[in-house]
Amino acid sequence: MDTAKTQTKKEAIMNGSGENGHASGKKQSRIDVLKTYKIYIDGKFPRTESGRYYILKAADGRQLGNICQSSRKDFREAVVAARKAQPGWSAKTAYNKGQILYRIAEVLEGRKSQFIDELMQQGIDNVAATEEVNLSIDRLVHYAGWSDKFIQVFSSVNPVESSHFNFSIPEPTGVVSVIGSEKTGLIGLISVIAPAIVGGNTVVVLASESKPLCAISLAEVLQTSDVPAGVVNLLTGNAKELNGHFSSHMDVNAIAYCNADEEQLKTIQINAANNVKRVLDYSKHDWMNAESQSPYFIMDFQEIKTTWHPIGQ
Amino acid sequence: MAKKKLKDLKVNFNTSWEYAPAPESKDHVKINDRYDLFINGKFTAPQSGKYFDTINPATEKKIAEIADASAEDVNMAVVAARKAYDNVWSKLPAKERGKYIYRIARIIQERAREFAVIESMDGGKPIRESRDVDVPLAAAHFFYYAGWADKLDYAAPGKKVRPLGVAGQIIPWNFPLLMAAWKIAPAIAAGNTVVLKPAETTSLTALKLAEVIRDSGLPDGVVNIVTGAGVTGAAIVNHPDINKIAFTGSTEVGKIIQRSIAGTNKKYTLELGGKAANIIFEDAAIDQAVEGIVNGIFFNQGHVCCAGSRLFVQESIAETVIRKLKDRMETLIVGDPLDKNTDIGAINSKDQLNKIKQYIKIGMNEGGTCYQSSCAIPTKGYFHRPTLFTNVSQSSRVVQEEIFGPVLAVQTFRTVEEVIEKANNIPYGLSGGVWTDKGSKIFKVTSQLRAGVVWANTYNKFDPTSPFGGYKESGVGREGGLHGVMPYVKIEN
Repeated sequence: MDTAKTQTKKEAIMNGSGENGHASGKKQSRIDVLKTYKIYIDGKFPRTESGRYYILKAADGRQLGNICQSSRKDFREAVVAARKAQPGWSAKTAYNKGQILYRIAEVLEGRKSQFIDELMQQGIDNVAATEEVNLSIDRLVHYAGWSDKFIQVFSSVNPVESSHFNFSIPEPTGVVSVIGSEKTGLIGLISVIAPAIVGGNTVVVLASESKPLCAISLAEVLQTSDVPAGVVNLLTGNAKELNGHFSSHMDVNAIAYCNADEEQLKTIQINAANNVKRVLDYSKHDWMNAESQSPYFIMDFQEIKTTWHPIGQ
Repeated sequence: MAKKKLKDLKVNFNTSWEYAPAPESKDHVKINDRYDLFINGKFTAPQSGKYFDTINPATEKKIAEIADASAEDVNMAVVAARKAYDNVWSKLPAKERGKYIYRIARIIQERAREFAVIESMDGGKPIRESRDVDVPLAAAHFFYYAGWADKLDYAAPGKKVRPLGVAGQIIPWNFPLLMAAWKIAPAIAAGNTVVLKPAETTSLTALKLAEVIRDSGLPDGVVNIVTGAGVTGAAIVNHPDINKIAFTGSTEVGKIIQRSIAGTNKKYTLELGGKAANIIFEDAAIDQAVEGIVNGIFFNQGHVCCAGSRLFVQESIAETVIRKLKDRMETLIVGDPLDKNTDIGAINSKDQLNKIKQYIKIGMNEGGTCYQSSCAIPTKGYFHRPTLFTNVSQSSRVVQEEIFGPVLAVQTFRTVEEVIEKANNIPYGLSGGVWTDKGSKIFKVTSQLRAGVVWANTYNKFDPTSPFGGYKESGVGREGGLHGVMPYVKIEN
């Protein structure tokens, strides 16, 4: 990563956001085009239907944007999109899903500087931001490779006593909702989204409230990486407000919780019982740790199906 | 005319061929008048001094009285299990653990007939089933998981597995000994210790299993068996020193358990209700399919969570299949569970019989057409004729809800897509069946049914090597096979 370039961009942003007409140079400084941050539902970029927003500020108090404070209705629409997309996504070949995940990594690599820049705006230093983005790209490549392998590793042919051919294979759990990691802007998202979707699930993810910028940019990456509409849906907003909805929705099959708030986790676990949702408690994972990737994260969102057939004439 | 006559031709079973009674002897079976709790390797009286009766559902007569465990008794069992885990079981070399479990498997085999007779007396299932299915499978389960004890390094590629600690296990009344085996065998093979509660109407074989466990020399406290009803179960679920809950039973209770343990670190597996679709295509071998339908719904009086209780017949063959099915139902013998000719035994309890009767009323009130075989049923005891409903719709309660009895709801379909849609349009996802001679159609259907176990051209087969468990509201986790090890271990780097 070119540090100097980042610095320049950072200054430019600062210029644009207030101290207009920085007078030192002869040339009049350019007015930056500021971005309107949206959410991502069914392959489209709406603002929240509720019209609500919260102001995201940098550590130095600069205003970074009016971020969508997503509503229950946004979530419900995202679940409809995820459910609609799930059978088609699941039916894609393992080779195809692997290539699409790899494509996400490729596109992310090409836009690396933007993500580092966004992480830095949200208070991460350059070294840590670079490390997080690199790790995110590598993690996508890691899971891309599992696409056509995890089924082999976790399947079995079972030597039953009767005269039957019997085998067990993993299949996607279905629609997964995710209360994403509050602490990290990018790696927390990638670490849950990648294993869930490589296994054929579709997801609705709530981004970090304090570090939402990368989530929105990630949506742009996903949209241009051949990921079909509805496979990944990304919302921004408040976990405390939304976790009840994320966990009680009857058409969501599993929920992953990535934060440390025990009360929120308990609420999720209670609501999950409405339709026997699978609950994945990722509160203790440090996603920056290299150990926080493995095919067992894929298996967290899989069901084992066993099929019997007689052997005879 | 000639054609119609041919169609109406059927085998007349109403001939002089009658089955002479062939009762299994129960003389060799030893049943005490009273059973205590099995805690820390000893039979222990309940602290409350309370006992409840277990009755034979075929005769309504009391067989024995069973200790009613309170929260204090459960606590004693958990303390014993924890002590056994810390001091003995987690320190024992894995291969030695395995050898104890092999012993249990062998002793069950040695005492198989006794177990079968008691199972049929206490639970009402036909002796043919307890003798040929429940008891041999229970022994096989212990035998299978015994071998896993020293092979756990191969269970999770790239990782290490460790036991969880103390497992609290609650099992249903439909396969009492088999469910105890499903729960205990993988748990102790993986190095956990156990507190198990059998269902209150069927405690006897679990207590007989306690005798086997004692005789096997298994260290005290590794397996504890506490008897009682819901209060005892709740004491297990809510005990703070239990690391894992394994429950088999209704979806309703499963949800209560999932809520109860929210906010704790307890792991759980839930094996809950079902309402399986059994799908018959026009190119199926019809007579085999009819046998499969009968086995699917009338096996164990329909007290099977994976029972094929929703029949989907392709429209072109519906008339033929329903006619053959009714003919076959006429031949089923309902009666004394201990008689070797009996196909359908006693309904497990009066409550369950009432529930089934209630559903028959609901089905008729909803406009369904009810057909029952004309067989004689005993006047004493809890019996129910094999029943099927036609003229039902997707929204009928007898189609949507688990009845857990010998009641089949029949619907028709035209296309593969239609039947998959209908089969999956239900909160359950435990099992399913598909009958066709076309291989590609089998895989199209089996891969799209949202269910954990799918039988193609067969039904209701079970094996210790074969994972079992549900999608959606039919539960979480798998029992049986390699996949059945995982709910009893934590995966570490």
